Amino acid sequence: MRVSLTILTAWFSLESALAAPTRSITDSSIEWPSGDQLTRVITLRDYNTRVVVLGTLLLGLATGIIGTFMLLRRRALMGDVVSHATLPGIGLAFIVMTRGGGDGKFLPGLLLGGLLSGLLGMGLVLLIRHSTRLKEDAALGIVLSVFFGFGVALLGVIQKMNLGHAAGLESFIYGKTASMLASDAQRIAVVAAAVALACVFLFKEFEVLCFDPSFAASLGWPVVLLDAAMMGLVVAVTVIGLQAVGLILIIALLIIPPAAARFWTHHLSRMVIISAAIGAASGLVGAGLSALVPRLPAGAIIVVVASSLFFLSMLFGPARGVLVRLLAHYRLENKVGRQHLLRSLYETLEEAGQSPEAVAAPESRGVEISFPLLLAERSWSPRRLRKLLASAQRDGLVERTPDGACRMTGRGREEARRVVRNHRLWEMYLITHADIAPSHVDRDADLVEHVLGPEMTRKLEALVAARYPELRVPPSPHALQHMTGRAGLTSQDRMAVEGRRLKAEG
Amino acid sequence: MGVMKPISEARQEQGVTESVRVATGSEHPRTSPLSIHDMTVAYHRRPVLWDIDFDAPEGKLIGIIGPNGAGKSTLVKAVLDLVPKASGRVLIYGKPYRLHRHLVGYVPQRESVDWDFPVNALDVVAMGRYGQIGWCLPVTRPHRDAALAALERVGMADLARRQISQLSGGQQQRVFLARALAQDARIYFMDEPLAGVDAATEAAVIRILQDLRSGGKTVFVVHHDLQTVQEYFDTLILLNMRIVATGPTSEVFTRDNLQKTYGGRLTLLEEAAEAMARKGKDE
Repeated sequence: MRVSLTILTAWFSLESALAAPTRSITDSSIEWPSGDQLTRVITLRDYNTRVVVLGTLLLGLATGIIGTFMLLRRRALMGDVVSHATLPGIGLAFIVMTRGGGDGKFLPGLLLGGLLSGLLGMGLVLLIRHSTRLKEDAALGIVLSVFFGFGVALLGVIQKMNLGHAAGLESFIYGKTASMLASDAQRIAVVAAAVALACVFLFKEFEVLCFDPSFAASLGWPVVLLDAAMMGLVVAVTVIGLQAVGLILIIALLIIPPAAARFWTHHLSRMVIISAAIGAASGLVGAGLSALVPRLPAGAIIVVVASSLFFLSMLFGPARGVLVRLLAHYRLENKVGRQHLLRSLYETLEEAGQSPEAVAAPESRGVEISFPLLLAERSWSPRRLRKLLASAQRDGLVERTPDGACRMTGRGREEARRVVRNHRLWEMYLITHADIAPSHVDRDADLVEHVLGPEMTRKLEALVAARYPELRVPPSPHALQHMTGRAGLTSQDRMAVEGRRLKAEG
Repeated sequence: MGVMKPISEARQEQGVTESVRVATGSEHPRTSPLSIHDMTVAYHRRPVLWDIDFDAPEGKLIGIIGPNGAGKSTLVKAVLDLVPKASGRVLIYGKPYRLHRHLVGYVPQRESVDWDFPVNALDVVAMGRYGQIGWCLPVTRPHRDAALAALERVGMADLARRQISQLSGGQQQRVFLARALAQDARIYFMDEPLAGVDAATEAAVIRILQDLRSGGKTVFVVHHDLQTVQEYFDTLILLNMRIVATGPTSEVFTRDNLQKTYGGRLTLLEEAAEAMARKGKDE
């Protein structure tokens, strides 16, 4: 939810920037780069481009790392509050520095102001939460909007105060990557290094803090201090990122890379590394793109690149990506279909009077079964059945005659015997251990048997199949339902058959 | 009260002699794994636990039972310094928790964490070793082996690399138990380790608890199922904001005490107590 919101914000600011005419009202064209410009950017020939690209790359790296822990600690919204809360600090720092006779746009000074008010905002959230009965989300909402509103008002006041060249302070809201200097990039590098080092050395501390803070506390760890260290790093990264991507979108760089990384791995250390890589790639590509196309706001481009990587991860991530899940579902569906087909073939033969041994005997040539007969076995459509048969034929489990009839191959019979055996073992288990009526057991067994692994099968054997010699298929504990339909048996007959079978088994 | 043994150390005199008054009596105060003295805990000024006085016998399975909101979890958390105490003091083997926390293992409630967290079973169990490993140092081979051994003890060695969200509820509970075992403590606190687990896990957990007891460990278990109390625990703390009764299960698990603990709140529990009383007469 949060991710999609920030992505929307990014798109919005991108669109408004594209639509906003700066030179003339009619000129809203984008100047697409020439081939020469392209090579200049890609080879980082320009000193400025080099600085900007390196700076944003390191910024993405840092946000990717600390963002992972922030996300897992469920502090994503807190990060957003901090970034919004920096604005009044920036405005106040500008006023103080200008009044003090200095350069009002001295960046370290502005960032220090932002840092202090960001921390103040975070402190206020904690204070509200602890001292009132307001819930955390209310506290976050209040602080975020009040600080941001105050900051915007302050910027307006600064314009009116005529304190020299105040223009450009708004660039902290949306970011202005192109103005990044080597000193800014160095600052980012320092913070990124600090973040990386802290997360390497405090990896297991942060891990427990995020997973189970009360356990961390029971170990005697100063949870509050650890929390403060973690959020301190978040604030530091936020503040140095203000200039590059702006205070509205910096949160996207903190949230999107780890959210994307989660689709690739179930392992925290790998998640941190992947998240850092995604963050860095977003910074690199985003800054590169905005260097190519004038007037594209780099902050928004970076976020758009990050969100593209997020969607790619969501689709293709091997840990929990959409495609992986669809594929798994498709495979299970196929497996279930295949097992249904084999069981139907087997049971048709059984009903035709073949003994289990005869059905399974590898040397017997197999009996042809006509398509309509097979179709009546289950409630499957002719199309589905044809598909299943074709796939089973491809795998060498059945052979088909020109008139559409089919017969199992030796391998098919062996497989069918295994499938039917599993099914009936499970049925027996349900009847003897779960008290399910024999007449219902077929359907219940149907749902579970397909996911039985070898280990569970062994357990089942130990439980119910002790009386059946190895590799023999037990007789069906209920009348084969398909037969009853065709032979016109009444339900009483069916019950009688069941009763006889159950009695015979003792 | 008057027949106390002379106690040489002043520290113990403060912490322990008083609480012996309400304890089951016979054990030596010096070895008491847990002494709680006059402890009161309040949330937002509303007291949750009043004047808790308790002295635990060593090497027992101790059940903490009481109705919802009786403060069972709070009792455990207050002992472990996870919630602030309004007053009173707690000693673990004669010293404050701060100094003796390496003797303590803790199993929080299973629902208290996010099981979607990107770690596997072994990672979680290894957390039990973090106290020994120390700050800023990585998890080394011996510690990982110890974690694996703990998983083995709860019968989950083959699931060590399984991501924790792919474990069943019972398996997750066993992972938590294994983490506490990896702490290699002398006294364990477990918050509802049998809540919502399947019968097989319950049996496995109880077997491990009994193992711990025969190894001389003291185990506190917050428990909710009155049916199994007599079967599982040697000693009971019947809790409802204050200690209603405490002592050997055979002595304190009476209809009278249960009624005092659960009040008139739940008629079903009264019935259970009734049944218990009848059973006692028959025997």
